[in-house]
Amino acid sequence: MFKIISNDNISENLHKMVVLAPRIARSRKPGQFVIVRLTEGEERIPLTISDADPEAGTITLFVQAAGASTRNIVSTEAGGSIRDVAGPLGNPSRIIFWGRVICVGGGVGTAVLLPLARALREAGNDVTTIIGARSSRHIILSDELKRISNALIVTTEDGSLGTKGFVTTPLANLLADPEHVPQAVFAVGPVPMMKAIAEMTRIKAIETIASLNPIMIDGTGMCGGCRVMIGEEIRFACVDGPEFNAHLVDFDGLSDRMSSYRAEETLNFKAAECKIGLTTKPCVKS
Amino acid sequence: MRKIITPQERMAIKRVVMPQLAAEVRTRNFEEVNCGLSSNQAFTEANRCLQCKNRPCVPGCPVGVSIPEFICALASDDVPRSAQILQQDNPLASVCGRVCPQETQCERLCARGKKGESVAIGYLERYVADWAMCHQEKLLPDQASGTTGKSVVVVGSGPAGLTAAGGLVRLGHTVTIFEALHDTGGVLRYGIPEFRLPKKIIDHEVALLVSLGVTIECNVIIGKTLTIAELRNQFDAIFIANGAGLPVMLKIPGENLKGVYAANEFLTRVNLMEAGRSNNSSTPIIKRREVAVIGGGNTAIDCVRTARRLGAEHAMIVYRRSEAEIPARTEEIRHAMEEGVEFVMLTAPIEILATKDGWVSALRCRKMELGSPDDSGRRRPQAVNGSDFEQPAGIVINAIGTGANPLLTATAPDITLNDQGNIRVNSNGETSISGVFAGGDIVRGGATVILAMGDGKRAAVTIDEYLGQHPHT
Ligand SMILES: Cc1cc2nc3c(=O)[nH]c(=O)nc-3n(C[C@H](O)[C@H](O)[C@H](O)COP(=O)(O)OP(=O)(O)OC[C@H]3O[C@@H](n4cnc5c(N)ncnc54)[C@H](O)[C@@H]3O)c2cc1C
Ligand SMILES: Cc1cc2nc3c(=O)[nH]c(=O)nc-3n(C[C@H](O)[C@H](O)[C@H](O)COP(=O)(O)OP(=O)(O)OC[C@H]3O[C@@H](n4cnc5c(N)ncnc54)[C@H](O)[C@@H]3O)c2cc1C
Ligand code: SF4
Ligand code: SF4
Ligand code: FES
Repeated sequence: MFKIISNDNISENLHKMVVLAPRIARSRKPGQFVIVRLTEGEERIPLTISDADPEAGTITLFVQAAGASTRNIVSTEAGGSIRDVAGPLGNPSRIIFWGRVICVGGGVGTAVLLPLARALREAGNDVTTIIGARSSRHIILSDELKRISNALIVTTEDGSLGTKGFVTTPLANLLADPEHVPQAVFAVGPVPMMKAIAEMTRIKAIETIASLNPIMIDGTGMCGGCRVMIGEEIRFACVDGPEFNAHLVDFDGLSDRMSSYRAEETLNFKAAECKIGLTTKPCVKS
Repeated sequence: MRKIITPQERMAIKRVVMPQLAAEVRTRNFEEVNCGLSSNQAFTEANRCLQCKNRPCVPGCPVGVSIPEFICALASDDVPRSAQILQQDNPLASVCGRVCPQETQCERLCARGKKGESVAIGYLERYVADWAMCHQEKLLPDQASGTTGKSVVVVGSGPAGLTAAGGLVRLGHTVTIFEALHDTGGVLRYGIPEFRLPKKIIDHEVALLVSLGVTIECNVIIGKTLTIAELRNQFDAIFIANGAGLPVMLKIPGENLKGVYAANEFLTRVNLMEAGRSNNSSTPIIKRREVAVIGGGNTAIDCVRTARRLGAEHAMIVYRRSEAEIPARTEEIRHAMEEGVEFVMLTAPIEILATKDGWVSALRCRKMELGSPDDSGRRRPQAVNGSDFEQPAGIVINAIGTGANPLLTATAPDITLNDQGNIRVNSNGETSISGVFAGGDIVRGGATVILAMGDGKRAAVTIDEYLGQHPHT
């Protein structure tokens, strides 16, 4: 049992959760994640360790209620507990001094980006962060990212905050500007976003690292479920990643495999909404 | 005393038939197929044993279970004594009685098998062990001896780890098991399905260890949460039994399509996460009418029978050799056939084909014929030219095998490995680091429960010796 120390709703659907997990707090490095299972019967899902306090023995998670499992996690209040938290898993990010870097986050990816951007900044890099979402209500962690970045650019599709459009627009401007060309680009977010970024930087031969989020179960390389094609090779994102050279990732294959359980997920999501009273419609779980 | 019957009478007794759930019933649930012998059946079967003086069956068992002796006690209607004999030799008898490949081990060497059918040693072992599980009070109390003050850590809670922990705690050492997953048992829980090995048996074995004082901590991944180096500082000895959990890929086109599973993922979803078999589980599993499982080992048969239970109308095994070479347990193959599993033999997959939206639609296969024997003595399959055909399938499961998972060993570079990535040990089961022992699949590659258990048993003894020679570190 892993005690939830605090659980704050920091923007729509996004919760900051501090969880007591002393061993993980001590051994984690930026870029690593945990596999969490709320209770008996729940799914095992991966969540990035955003921060840790080895003294207090706590880890910080940013959880976006994307579907049934994450929704059930965020609705567990401080004082409650998570049955299983295993980690730290995955390889730590390779943090070196690049010079100028651009970090791009979209959706939940922004939560995954935070510890990475922070570590890059601490390594002395000049960090420009671009985050994007559908509308202002979906922009997350902008205050935290603003604090750790040299510059923060926000985009929304409806123009309700920052620049109207996608994250790729300001990125294209920066790449085109000789004064701003970065030595490396880090991309975390929806697959189409990461794919688009990889295409933009490929032609300019700028090193680009994407953090992938395939479906995972054990997180230890045992099940093979998280496999992705990296160049000609099958790699397991949980043990070989989650960060890979974006120019080698088969994004189409990744996005296709991630949709394997769409039908089942929709059903579970409806059931979870029903359980916490978000919908009054009768729900049927198959 | 054993009942006195004439040799003719003894020879006339027919081998017991295991009562089992009807195929139509069991393909719709996950209940155990073999129901277990009745006490009458067990008693009668025990009387088939000739009590051979030279004990030909015993060398067939990798841990040397005192077969004639436990059967004799059973035939003398002294089940508690039978149980005691068995427990000394095999702490996981209720598991081994169910999953050992008896036909290639103990029963293969049984004298009665020379003419006619061997004694059903496995069924008897299961009977006695199951009896013991329900009648703890009739057995001598099982307890740890006085404490030695030495602490041992066991990595992994599969059969090797559980057995070593049991042996060590009984010798008075303080034992902690670290397990990476959220539950214990290793392959016994996440791999072998409920219909062959009910989870309550593992729960029972684990509860017994806990009652003896073993500490079990799940969700601790050695190599990540804690390292071998850290464990070396905190414990007097280490036993590594982290299994062979790494899927071997097919390396054919289409392997990443939706609907292609590695056996471990498919089985973990259903067995560990209870997908598709409990309404309480929120882990999804894909179900289709046609399921093709590639491989012929126990894992493949477990997958195909699981698929059948999840509703597949055509659940098939695609195996590149012939029935004579199939490595799965004979009983499992028979059960699979009764359950309507189709066996597509002498067939190798060459490509997985897709629908236009990226789901598996079929397996392109090539017919094989058997050529001359290879290193393993089995005849090597060779492709038959122009024999390609398409086998429709909505799910393809890769069950061709597993290898050594490098997660732990990669973070402990001082531990010497062989070319396959398995840990090298000396005749004492000790690795290249003093005080660090290893056993089970991580040493042997994918092997069997009884071999893993045997390693755990031996490790308890050699670790105890080591601790006797090494004062506190
Ligand atoms: C390495 C890694 C780090 C992550 N870090 C974070 C994080 O810090 N914060 C955060 O909010 N989310 C993070 N995620 C994503 C998070 O795991 C998924 O949102 C979550 O599993 C969704 O589960 P659900 O039941 O709530 O939603 P569902 O309705 O089940 O799924 C919603 C989406 O999540 C994907 N998904 C479903 N199950 C899994 C699974 N077991 N593993 C991976 N993806 C899955 C689905 O493909 C779908 O796109 C991370 C994912 C990975 C792989
Ligand atoms: C589907 C299937 C069916 C089988 N059927 C049979 C059968 O019928 N008969 C038979 O005799 N054999 C069978 N086998 C083989 C048998 O199950 C194995 O040989 C046996 O389980 C090996 O035992 P083990 O203790 O070495 O490892 P495992 O059972 O693999 O257990 C290893 C444990 O260590 C844990 N672990 C791994 N890495 C770490 C880490 N870094 N830190 C902490 N813990 C870790 C794992 O999660 C696991 O719980 C089958 C195997 C499979 C996969
Ligand atoms: S442990 Fe296995 S091989 Fe040994 S006697 Fe029992 S069933 Fe036979
Ligand atoms: S060989 Fe067969 S008949 Fe002889 S003692 Fe062993 S089990 Fe009994
Ligand atoms: S999640 Fe199972 S191998 Fe990566």
